[in-house]
Amino acid sequence: MEFITSALENQILLTVLNAALPLLFILPYALVTIYIEMKMAAHMQNRLAYMQTGYHGTLQPFADIVKLLQKEDIIPTAADKFLFILAPYLVFVGTYASFAVLPFSSAYAGSELDLGIFYLVAASSLVVVGILMAGWASNNKWSLFGALRSAAQIVSYEIPAALAILGVVMIAGTMNLQTLTSLQSGGIHEWIIFGGTLPLGHKLALIPFIVVLFVIYLISSMAEVNRTPFDIPEAESELVQGYNTEYSGMKFAIFYLAEYANLFLVSAVAVVLFFGGWASPFGELMSGPLWGTFWFVTKGMLFVCLNIWLRWTLPRMRVDQLMYVSWKVMTPFALLCVIVIGFILVL
Amino acid sequence: MIETPQKIIKTSTGRSLRTEEMVVNMGPQHPSTHGVLRLEVVLDGEIVVDVVPHMGYLHRCFEKHCEHMTNYQQVIPYVDRMDYTAAMTNELAFVVGVEKMLKIEVSERVHYIRIIMAELQRIASHLIAIGTFGIDMGAFTPFLYCFRDRERILDMFEATCGARLLYNYMWVGGLSHDLPPGFVETAKQFCVDFKKTLKDLNDLLNYNEIFIKRTANVGILPKDLAINYACSGPMLRGSGVDWDLRRDDPYTLYHKFNWEVVVGKGEVGTVGDVWNRHMVRQREMEQSVYIIEQALASLPDGDVSKTIPKRIRPTPGDNYTRIESPRGELGFYIIAEDSVTPYRIKARAPAFVNLSVINEISKGAMLADLVAIMGSIDIVLGEVDR
Amino acid sequence: MTAQEIYDVIKAQCGDAVLEAKLENVLDPSIKIQPEKIHEVAAFAKNDERLQFDYLSCLSGVDYKGKLGVVYHLYSMTFKHKIVLKVEVPTETPNVQSVESIWKTADWHEREAFDLFGINFIGHPDLRRILLPDDWEGHPLRKDYQTPEFYNGMKVPY
Repeated sequence: MEFITSALENQILLTVLNAALPLLFILPYALVTIYIEMKMAAHMQNRLAYMQTGYHGTLQPFADIVKLLQKEDIIPTAADKFLFILAPYLVFVGTYASFAVLPFSSAYAGSELDLGIFYLVAASSLVVVGILMAGWASNNKWSLFGALRSAAQIVSYEIPAALAILGVVMIAGTMNLQTLTSLQSGGIHEWIIFGGTLPLGHKLALIPFIVVLFVIYLISSMAEVNRTPFDIPEAESELVQGYNTEYSGMKFAIFYLAEYANLFLVSAVAVVLFFGGWASPFGELMSGPLWGTFWFVTKGMLFVCLNIWLRWTLPRMRVDQLMYVSWKVMTPFALLCVIVIGFILVL
Repeated sequence: MIETPQKIIKTSTGRSLRTEEMVVNMGPQHPSTHGVLRLEVVLDGEIVVDVVPHMGYLHRCFEKHCEHMTNYQQVIPYVDRMDYTAAMTNELAFVVGVEKMLKIEVSERVHYIRIIMAELQRIASHLIAIGTFGIDMGAFTPFLYCFRDRERILDMFEATCGARLLYNYMWVGGLSHDLPPGFVETAKQFCVDFKKTLKDLNDLLNYNEIFIKRTANVGILPKDLAINYACSGPMLRGSGVDWDLRRDDPYTLYHKFNWEVVVGKGEVGTVGDVWNRHMVRQREMEQSVYIIEQALASLPDGDVSKTIPKRIRPTPGDNYTRIESPRGELGFYIIAEDSVTPYRIKARAPAFVNLSVINEISKGAMLADLVAIMGSIDIVLGEVDR
Repeated sequence: MTAQEIYDVIKAQCGDAVLEAKLENVLDPSIKIQPEKIHEVAAFAKNDERLQFDYLSCLSGVDYKGKLGVVYHLYSMTFKHKIVLKVEVPTETPNVQSVESIWKTADWHEREAFDLFGINFIGHPDLRRILLPDDWEGHPLRKDYQTPEFYNGMKVPY
């Protein structure tokens, strides 16, 4: 007992524990999402998916992990060994670092940074560096193609995404994600998608523009996680497997984990920005730290499922069309919305 | 190996930058070459500068084998293995050719069953083409919708002749088995259900905005070029040429049925682009269903077993017979001498001829378009390499 | 047009190129052409107003034991008539004019005939092996072809 108290008083240990908490979420989350994705895809396609391992194949994700762990870890002879090994970790670090500012409940956010959203946008850009590294270090033309496409794509889509976030920040008046969520905790009508806590007249005028911003954010976030219809960096019918063609075993598993973590990250950001984060839709009812976590994860998972649904429905876009959508459609619209929102707020 | 010269380009600030085109090998192991084809692609960034196909990885000396058979019937299982996604139509082409040389006529029931089988096979083959084309475009789900219905066709084939892929069903002068009991009802039910799948495919894939963006105005094959390259089947009709051997060079009893030749109209994109080729396949399946329905409704009674000896000797001479396989004009040039083995058999494989146009239509396209073009040509390497 | 009429048109234009014709009592009427004149005849057959053979359906190499042959199956999409052209060359000097410049489709067909029969198509821009490996020896579809014992250290006959 005494040991625990003294350990908790140790600031360094506390920080480490605090930082490790999201990891405790990500690992089981990835397993569950892999299972959900496979099952959803299968049922959309008249299949059953996993049925043999455990009840309805529930143990299959574990089996997959075990398989990946014992696979031979191949490093191509001509690869740049140092970068090749570093790349998957860097990709995961970029994603995981962004989890620091996510408010999982009113009682827990890794760090209540005042520049939370800025930090998030910046940290998640680190992923690009990792992907570029992976593509270059593999010494494979397809990997390089994938990496270059990925860099172009993520950098382009960060602009409309950042503009959409800017719109929300203008309405909420804060960049601290925890504060932003607290603002919306009064019930479903106070969520930012419905105009936040502004007076009714402002709200009605704002809603159409916020919805447009939300759609822009949703599309950009799909592009940032490299999933169909924006999965051109790993378009398997064109680039074999893109930047992770040469990866196997644990390193591939880390790429995989980072992809799923990133998927939740962008969904969670959408939830915090537009759908009240951990706030209960019923105001005071069913609120509190634990309920908060429940709402946060549930809302996040809904968006994850939306992503999965779209992935298994839509074909893939071409790289020039992707750029067209980002620069010539979404960026001007986002900019327009931000300007109009600014005017409405001033009036 | 293609040489790619280095070039020096000047930037706007006056600096010299060295640049060169990149050669990538698409295949023999690549997800979208539909087999073991190797495309040597010269790329300028994402733009395709040149494509050189290399094939022969699957060459099995089909023509040499045929010359060493002990009789004509033995060739049929080899013919199955040419276009392994459409074995029935391959058999049909061969037996029609040999029957023409023998100057024998088969009973009407045999003709009807052959037509039913060939059209079911056409649907099955087009389902693979459309499904895998969807995968090439990144849409995975339509593929499984296609395979669900293809599976039902294969079940019918299995009930008829015991095999699901390589049938050895059509023999010179007849068929190996008559239809099993209940086949007609199963096939009729399939025709009813399949129309729903056609609608699903339209909704899910063919009129999807992203799909149209990816395929319309890509890989345009003009009419005169298509004819000059002797393209056939959906490739030719997608380019707006109204030409179908079932109607224009009739064989068996196709003239008895009421159906129309599907031609690419270009309601989306340009005539001759990837989308139109794809849609020709989609609509051809619908016409095949009509043919099957009519054939099933008026299926005559009779005997289907062959009435000719096992070792046949056609009169010496040569003959070129062609039929409309799912991929186009499948022809067999057979030279017979006074012997029980064929002197020479040349297979005119539609996929082989259609593939030869790829360099012409993919220059200037993007890498992703090259995948789309490959998918829309719908090659089967078993047939290209023989 | 019937085969006889087609023959008459070709005979009238390039009479010295035509060696013989089999038009009666055969499944596919055929005309035998001099190998060094095939390009001229083919160009005429394609471009002539009355013939318009725009579709080269099939081009096959044949070994007639002692002679090699090339068979052209021509169709006209406009008139829906057909004719077969044949050329024969001695096995020792198998030189045939290429028709690649007339019908592009002949490109790969001629490469295949070169690959499997060793027929040399004069004027073909890119005459390489197409189905067999580049370093394969011999032309397998010739009747006197002997399968090599080894190819790159691998045993060939099974």
